[in-house]
Amino acid sequence: MTAALYHQLLDLTAGALLLTAVLVVWRRDLAMIIRIFAVQGVALAALVGVLAAHEGSVELAVVALGVLVLRAGVLPALLRRALAAAGDDRRETRPLVNVAASLLAAAALTLLALAVSAPIVELAPSPTTRAAPIGVAVVLIGFFVLVTRRRALSQLVGFLLMDNGITAVGFLVTSGIGLVVEVGVALDVLLVVLVLGILTGRMREVFGGTDLDELRELHD
Amino acid sequence: MVTLLAFAPILVPALGAVVHLLLGWRRATTWVGTGSAALVAVAAVLLAGQAVRAGDGVVVAGFLLVDPLSAYMLVVIGAVAVLAALATPAHLAAEIAAGRADERSAARHVVLVQAFLAAMALAVLAADLGVLWVAVEATTIVTAFLVGQRRTRTAVEAAWKYVVICSAGIALALLGIVLLNFAALHTGTGAGLGWVELTAAAGRLDPGVTRIAVVLLVLGFGAKAGLAPLHAWLPDAHSQAPAPVSALMSGVLLSVAFYAILRIKVVSDLALGPGFARGLLLAAALASLAVAASLLLHQRDHKRMLAYSSIEHMGLLALGAAVGGVAATAAVLLHVLGHGLVKSALFLGAGRLLQTTGTSRIDGVRGLATDQPLLAGCLAAGMLALVGFPPFSLFASELGIARAGFGSGVAVVGWATALALVLVVVIAAALVNHTSRMLLGDPPDAPGTATAPPRLPRSTATALVAGPVAAAALGLTAGPLAPLLTAAARTVGGAP
Repeated sequence: MTAALYHQLLDLTAGALLLTAVLVVWRRDLAMIIRIFAVQGVALAALVGVLAAHEGSVELAVVALGVLVLRAGVLPALLRRALAAAGDDRRETRPLVNVAASLLAAAALTLLALAVSAPIVELAPSPTTRAAPIGVAVVLIGFFVLVTRRRALSQLVGFLLMDNGITAVGFLVTSGIGLVVEVGVALDVLLVVLVLGILTGRMREVFGGTDLDELRELHD
Repeated sequence: MVTLLAFAPILVPALGAVVHLLLGWRRATTWVGTGSAALVAVAAVLLAGQAVRAGDGVVVAGFLLVDPLSAYMLVVIGAVAVLAALATPAHLAAEIAAGRADERSAARHVVLVQAFLAAMALAVLAADLGVLWVAVEATTIVTAFLVGQRRTRTAVEAAWKYVVICSAGIALALLGIVLLNFAALHTGTGAGLGWVELTAAAGRLDPGVTRIAVVLLVLGFGAKAGLAPLHAWLPDAHSQAPAPVSALMSGVLLSVAFYAILRIKVVSDLALGPGFARGLLLAAALASLAVAASLLLHQRDHKRMLAYSSIEHMGLLALGAAVGGVAATAAVLLHVLGHGLVKSALFLGAGRLLQTTGTSRIDGVRGLATDQPLLAGCLAAGMLALVGFPPFSLFASELGIARAGFGSGVAVVGWATALALVLVVVIAAALVNHTSRMLLGDPPDAPGTATAPPRLPRSTATALVAGPVAAAALGLTAGPLAPLLTAAARTVGGAP
């Protein structure tokens, strides 16, 4: 792979990560949000794939395949199942922050990410670390989605956006943090999604919906 | 030998989980959990002996590290696990009798508790930050089901908040780990995330990246340790979980997360100087104490009262860690054990109270001292220990933290300690006031009071008495624990 092509592919996949994160902030239809999330999984796997091709590493290529299966296949499928169980209540009706303000916030968070990750780029300037702030931006946007959405499923997607961002940063700065930890992290994320999926089901059983505003029994 | 001992605290509970998975909850398996907790405690004590003799850390099988600090934490886990396990059979029997549980949910309960123990043991024995993270996240997953076990509105709500806040918090910590790994790779020493190499290479870590990493790690593990600002899940989860699980979560799980912060502080102090982590921890400590004080004053629920008191004690630990040095760290570690013993006994007592009176409201309980004198006595002793009366060890450790804080020679630490003491006094007044309202006064003379309240089961009574008694003994003399405590404090406090 030529250096120019490598740079372009790197920028393209990292850009796709950020774009999909912003799209999640923009859309309200939960089925669409899940589809966008799956696209982001593909972009993340492609990013790892590009790194693998550049370094000629078979291990990294296998990891890329794992990322594709987990984040573009298994996790979206689990989310879709949770949504199907929800019946016709499929829209994020009243997020705490309206769409226009959310998009502005996403832009502000991206700038913030660029500002705080300056030391990362300075430590080892290279095309990969220069893309790392984008991963940080995705983490911040995910956190924003997590705290401003009221539907259980949208919060779950926010958590997964954070996780995609962290994985992207991990691969961009150090090509992964060791196989044992990588597998452990993937397993933990999968289990968290399962747990939250089960809790969503129980929430529907006892509250009759998954609007988190209903969670008001416990307070001081 | 060390290998076998190091794996025992992880494998024994894992095996216990398998046994319960296969055989379920029946008469023959009633005491399996207690036996496994006791074995964890025995292994912890033996490992502690080895660690003190060896002086520094031994890496086992590449991913476990046995040093005085991890051995000490394992002792805490073992001690609290034994108390909680002693009370578990009677708790489950009472739940089954009341129709709130059946054999299947009881079996699930014990399987999850055993897995929970194994994950905590792995967390404190992990030789590297990555494995520690995986283990801590595993505790969240396992305990989520325990918190949401009853499937009521409140339990589901508590479980949801717990998983979302802790997973998001711990995700921030993961980002911190990624960045720390990045900084470590660029030291040119070949260090990764292993504690030993990371500490050795800490002087060469890039300060800019390490600073971001430390903030994320303290915030992330702080969420799991119940430190403000990400503490909102704690009162809900601890009040909704079944009593033996609350005891474990409040008594040790918080401290296990705090242990991660202690380890990170070692690296941070070497890389960035002691000022950076100190600032973060002081802020977290004062915020946690303020939250606890303001919400305890008008607390209406006795389990939530205990939960907020845990936030208070985590704040005190953060204060002690911020002070730094061997003396303050030894006090912090002693406080971890004292708090674990007393708080777990109190949660077990509160669970018993909930089962016998049917309410967790403070104003729903009156005249407990006449109704159930033994339970009332245990609760009173535990509460006195919790607010820091001598002879309990919490008095000694709080005094140690305060003395180190005033003697640190850093003005801001002195002022923070003074402010913290004021908040501690406010909290103590609130706790004593609420508890005395529950214990004293005339028992409510409803028509049904002719039937005597059920007797306290012997195993539960043992746990309730043993917790405060052990804390009192520890307050009089640290005894054989003293060398371990000093060695563990040196691991963190960095003896110059």
